[in-house]
Amino acid sequence: MPSHDVLIIGAGLAGQRAALEAARAGASVAILSKVHPVRSHSVAAAGGINGAVKVTDSWESHAYDTVKGSDFLGDQDAIEVMCREAPAEILHLEHLGVTFHRNADGQMDARAFGGASEKRTFYVADITGQAILHVLYEQLMKHSEQIDRYEEWFTTSLILNEDGSCGGCIARDIRTGRMEVFNAKSTILASGGAGQIFKPTTNALICTADGMAQAYDIGAQLMDMEMIQYHPTCMMNGFLITEGARGEGAHLINGEGERFMGKYAPNKFELASRDVVSRAEQTEINEGRGAGPDKAGIYLDVTVVPTKRIHEALREIVNLGKDFAGVDITKEPILIRPGQHYIMGGVRTNVDGEVPNLPGLYAAGEVACVSVHGGNRLGANSLLDTLIFGKRSGAHAAARASDVTMPSAPTSRIEVDAKKLAKIISRERTGRRVSEIKDELGTTMNQNCAVYRTQEGLEKQLDIVQRLKEEAKTAAIDDKGTVFNQDVLGHVELEYMTKVAETIVIGALERKESRGAQARADFPDRNDADYLKHYTITGDAEGQPVLGEAPITFTKWEPEVRSY
Amino acid sequence: MPEYTLRIRRYNPETGEAPYWDQYTVELEPHEAVLTGILAVKNRFDGSLGVRCSCRSAICGSCGMRINGQPGLACNTQVGDAIKKSKDGTNLIEIEPMGNMPVIKDLIVDMDAVHWKKVGRVTPWLLAKQPVPEREYIVPRESMVDVTQTMACIQCGSCVSDCLAMEADPEFIGPAALAKAYRFIGDPRDAQHQQRLDDLANDKHGLYTCTHCFKCIDACPKDVAPMSQIMRLRRLAGQDHHIEDVNNGERHEQAFVVLIKKYGILAEADVVPRSYGGNGITAGKLAPATMQQVVSSLPFMGKALLRGKMKVKDVLIPHRLEKSDLAEVRAIYDTVLGREKRLELNLYITGYDEDGEPTTELASDKEGATA
Repeated sequence: MPSHDVLIIGAGLAGQRAALEAARAGASVAILSKVHPVRSHSVAAAGGINGAVKVTDSWESHAYDTVKGSDFLGDQDAIEVMCREAPAEILHLEHLGVTFHRNADGQMDARAFGGASEKRTFYVADITGQAILHVLYEQLMKHSEQIDRYEEWFTTSLILNEDGSCGGCIARDIRTGRMEVFNAKSTILASGGAGQIFKPTTNALICTADGMAQAYDIGAQLMDMEMIQYHPTCMMNGFLITEGARGEGAHLINGEGERFMGKYAPNKFELASRDVVSRAEQTEINEGRGAGPDKAGIYLDVTVVPTKRIHEALREIVNLGKDFAGVDITKEPILIRPGQHYIMGGVRTNVDGEVPNLPGLYAAGEVACVSVHGGNRLGANSLLDTLIFGKRSGAHAAARASDVTMPSAPTSRIEVDAKKLAKIISRERTGRRVSEIKDELGTTMNQNCAVYRTQEGLEKQLDIVQRLKEEAKTAAIDDKGTVFNQDVLGHVELEYMTKVAETIVIGALERKESRGAQARADFPDRNDADYLKHYTITGDAEGQPVLGEAPITFTKWEPEVRSY
Repeated sequence: MPEYTLRIRRYNPETGEAPYWDQYTVELEPHEAVLTGILAVKNRFDGSLGVRCSCRSAICGSCGMRINGQPGLACNTQVGDAIKKSKDGTNLIEIEPMGNMPVIKDLIVDMDAVHWKKVGRVTPWLLAKQPVPEREYIVPRESMVDVTQTMACIQCGSCVSDCLAMEADPEFIGPAALAKAYRFIGDPRDAQHQQRLDDLANDKHGLYTCTHCFKCIDACPKDVAPMSQIMRLRRLAGQDHHIEDVNNGERHEQAFVVLIKKYGILAEADVVPRSYGGNGITAGKLAPATMQQVVSSLPFMGKALLRGKMKVKDVLIPHRLEKSDLAEVRAIYDTVLGREKRLELNLYITGYDEDGEPTTELASDKEGATA
């Protein structure tokens, strides 16, 4: 039975950064992930990482841009922490070996990004997430004496100790089917987002809301769940085209050949924040000015960027265009549309990653809601979020570990989860498959809980989600084996997703205003008088959602009219 | 929509049965990915089909496999392209797990047992120059763009799958791990270039085990071109760091260079003495190492003579090109060796000029760039 000071669930950027920091502080560390760490979805982050590294820039400017980007829903104390610590963190990554792009003088170079008042996005071509993730994994290999890696282990539940603290998790070795108790003094959830609740999504197949659901199950609050980011430039099949394309100067063109962003953001054009650009595109499409065969898209014109620069800085999307749409983006515009990309909400934490009512439990990265992104995340702030709050969680979790004794869950605790999985595997096949239910969930969420939302659509969606949540409990699977039984894990993931989807819809129903990514067609204005607050959702004893509220922390910046 | 037949190699370790083939028919557009087809099978017909996949956009590196014999990612191989290699010329797509690694279940292989173990052999982290600067290391722009090509490796294993040298020598460090090694040796912030090159050149299964077959370049879905990185490591080791390796690798390469310059075509009988003894007219022939090698090769040479693969005359008098042809070969030498700096090809830097026409612009090697 493995026991560690600090257990980290998830091995993307937040998890790996937490592991390294906890190890540096002297803790014994386990990092556990349902995929090999370099397969984590952080690998897909393309554009870069924000920070006021240049001497001419200031963290206050970065923080203000982030507050404004969040539509004043972000907690300003947390935003200050993130932006203040950003430059040191980026330099730390450089020292570890990240191959950041340089200028002619050999210094790190930055590119423009949406919603930013300075060029402060540092990058490695358009594989920034991959470059950082692989470099951190190099460090995990280097420190393997202190950090035990459990690769391809699936967490089935978090352990709630009798005193109300979190004591680790139960997990299944995917390769052998063996189940284990992982005892830990501190447990850090770093299991990523929930994009698979939507279809299409830019998110990987592994982004199935696991950590949010597991924390919710033991009483954590989920906060800002209605805030779902639609990225403005997704290919028609859902794949992401980096914001770096617009950062390098690409234009958005509607079906009438008009560069329309000036109507919506007269100063920033294509480089307004993501919610603004996605809404602008959706409005053009809804009003019949879309491009492409069904007028369902918008053209992204990268040809205005010098070809050599495209090959140097945007090579990945040249390949994407070629491989997945048959378009040479250096020669012709490519059809795109807004697509689900990120969830600003998640497990509520403080600036040290602590989950308020659950001692010993931490969350960092997309699974968490600190909240630094509020109603809308700025591009290239997510990598920063994962690293800063991963680091802080790791440090705090290690410090806590020196003060508490090692919990020891009875091995019988495994049986609860083992029986549950065995029951799914051995059940008679009735009803719909996991894939069919998941498909309905994703498609309907993308219809009723997308860029523009209405009371009617959301009410309809709540019914659908609640029906699917029940149906998910008895979905059909085929695999009767133990080695790499991905089928049974898919079933568990579906239960996670339907549970979390319900909280998203409830949040969206409750917030009867338009703020950040929450755009209510029936309440088109921001309403600071009634809604300048976070919504939280917890599960009651029966697992039914209960709505709550939390105040927003303001430090320097009062809400003002937001225009780009 | 056209129909495609997916013939998938199955293996279930729990039944004790040998691997077998399953066949499914799915409707797909030609531009759709093979992975889309596999997931259609998994979602509609058989949820027990084991396959690793996640991002669907060729960045996570999970879905390496062999598709109609070609190693690569299922997510960025279009079915329309895959059938061009179909065995019977129909819409048949044969899908197998990657090679050179043990199969765990269906399309899932044990990458830890092979690939990741090999990555571990190249000290896969930066050994940074000291002192660490307060701000960033100041390094040439091109050097970062250059190592970014190997940084772009997603560790999918496609190159490992079909590496012929690894098939012959399972201990070979292999294309992916050696490309990873270049990522540090090409990085001006790393302090241990000499030591790293020394280790790789003197490893019995290292730099010089590669047989230059191009399979890994063909397999790589990210244009990392592992073999090109291996060749660059050899040039760095032999020419710049003057490492005389115990494998005679550098001398063997130089023997080719000298002989072809001299005769315009390979003088096979001269390769062994020059590789083992020394790269001169007589020095190599008299060296004890050459004698040893010749003696141990006698049975092999005997067979070759008997079967007419080798002629005594050719051993004594090397073949030679026509004078005019030889002059052309030497002109190539003059051009390449006449350059002030050695030029290396790098895909990230080798760009296109402003009006979109491909050029043959070459990036200078990092060593030259830092000079």
